[in-house]
Amino acid sequence: MKHYRYLLMRRVTQLSIMALYIGANVWGWKMLQGNLSASSLFGIVPLADPYAVLQIAVTGATLGMDIIVGALIVSLFYGVIGGRAFCSWVCPVNIITDTAGWLRRKMKFSEVQKRFFLNRSLRYWILGLGLGLSAVMGVAAFELISPISMAHRGLVFGMGMGGGALAVIFLFDLLVHENGWCGYVCPLGASYALIGQFSLIRVYHDAVKCSDCRDCITVCPEKEVLHMINQSSESVVMGECTNCGRCVDVCQTDALGFSIRSQLKQSKDEE
Amino acid sequence: MKTEPTSDRRRFLLSLARGIGLSAMGALVWSAYVGVAKAAPLVLRPPGALKEEEFIKNCIKCGLCVEACPYDTLSLAKPGENIPMGTPYFTPREIPCYMCSDIPCVPVCPSGALSEPSVSRYVENHATLEINLARMGLAVIDENSCIATWGIQCDACYRACPLLGQAITIEYSKNERTGKHAFLKPVVHPDQCTGCGMCEHACVTEIAAIHILPRALAMGRVGDHYIKGWDPSDEKRLEGAKIEVTKTKLSEKSVLDTLNDAEGL
Repeated sequence: MKHYRYLLMRRVTQLSIMALYIGANVWGWKMLQGNLSASSLFGIVPLADPYAVLQIAVTGATLGMDIIVGALIVSLFYGVIGGRAFCSWVCPVNIITDTAGWLRRKMKFSEVQKRFFLNRSLRYWILGLGLGLSAVMGVAAFELISPISMAHRGLVFGMGMGGGALAVIFLFDLLVHENGWCGYVCPLGASYALIGQFSLIRVYHDAVKCSDCRDCITVCPEKEVLHMINQSSESVVMGECTNCGRCVDVCQTDALGFSIRSQLKQSKDEE
Repeated sequence: MKTEPTSDRRRFLLSLARGIGLSAMGALVWSAYVGVAKAAPLVLRPPGALKEEEFIKNCIKCGLCVEACPYDTLSLAKPGENIPMGTPYFTPREIPCYMCSDIPCVPVCPSGALSEPSVSRYVENHATLEINLARMGLAVIDENSCIATWGIQCDACYRACPLLGQAITIEYSKNERTGKHAFLKPVVHPDQCTGCGMCEHACVTEIAAIHILPRALAMGRVGDHYIKGWDPSDEKRLEGAKIEVTKTKLSEKSVLDTLNDAEGL
């Protein structure tokens, strides 16, 4: 059970958040209304997707106060706990891409196919492109095609043909590229990676305990962030880490664990 | 070692160029889609919505207005509906806007796409929400399929209108065909009509003979060239009018000279 601790916690979090949103629409619960683009917590606290708000801002629209405050609150929250924690703890697409990644490993596609041919920086280009197009076209460009918003809206308000987009992402991750959508394409994840550059909660690696089994690297959706494995004791500082905790789950020797960044620096200095 | 800086620079420039090239291609496809996706002139928005062009800039597609609506009037556009995806709209023939006096859908809007001031009446700096100020669309009657214009007695739309006797009135005229009956035709008044769609919902014909169109589609604009001289308030429009002089070859000379100049004609 210990080896699925964070995975289970994440699934419970993802599903609970989803249930709160659905409950708000179907039964009128007041805890979390709206969807991942913008919501209202307990009917008081506004929350908003910073990348969506930025796209709206560059169209030249006069922003409503609620979405400005909402975007600041969300940025601050993920800026502290790890930007891409959104990706692995909240985003519903994560369940789909994780499933595709798991199937890919089980069916050993990665051993037959070329695993990586996209560039990790592709998502930052798409992020920039989304802002550029929003400014030129006068409408939030990524929000019009975003499969994440589409999926989430679909689950809360009725799916329409939105299931098709999710199927495409699933098949892309399963058959075309390992962790293709979340790891290479999604500009929303990229925006949270930028927000979380300096976040405090980080995975810490203790090289002394490491048995070099490489299980953590196998399950990690952002393998580059684990470059220090079995080499040096340090925390994962790259913003691309989603704080999903799968590496901590699978580690047999307790060489990985969550920790707070500033304390780590201090303890390193003392050594 | 000597060649390394050059090759690094080449690699950097090349990867930059590749990024730009791919972006340009992506932009082409993406913008084509966005251009088509945002063009939906036939969609009806919730009360207080900004003009369509501004509305789709502002709307963050959160659905808080949809959740606030007690009648399930509003829904968010799904993929495949040919409405900018995720934006709120309503279909009056199915569920019209029931004109709640507290307009629950507007104050919850976090993005300003639904504007509270546009549906507020200000009395001594105190704002109260006033749903009758909403302009969601305009009811338009197809006289061909309206049975009242045939001479059959029907006032379903007139009775359904929440601004009874104001937004829709009944106009009497003689039925020359029978010689002894009257036509009781509904007439819509655009200065009063909110576009709630209760008339369209109530219409008895197979496809509604009265239907709500977005105001930008249903209405024309006179411009400054014509003024109701008998209406003092309409004269005010003259204040904003500009004098335009059209010069053609004929108007170079005075009218008389032009007419007298037989050769020139």
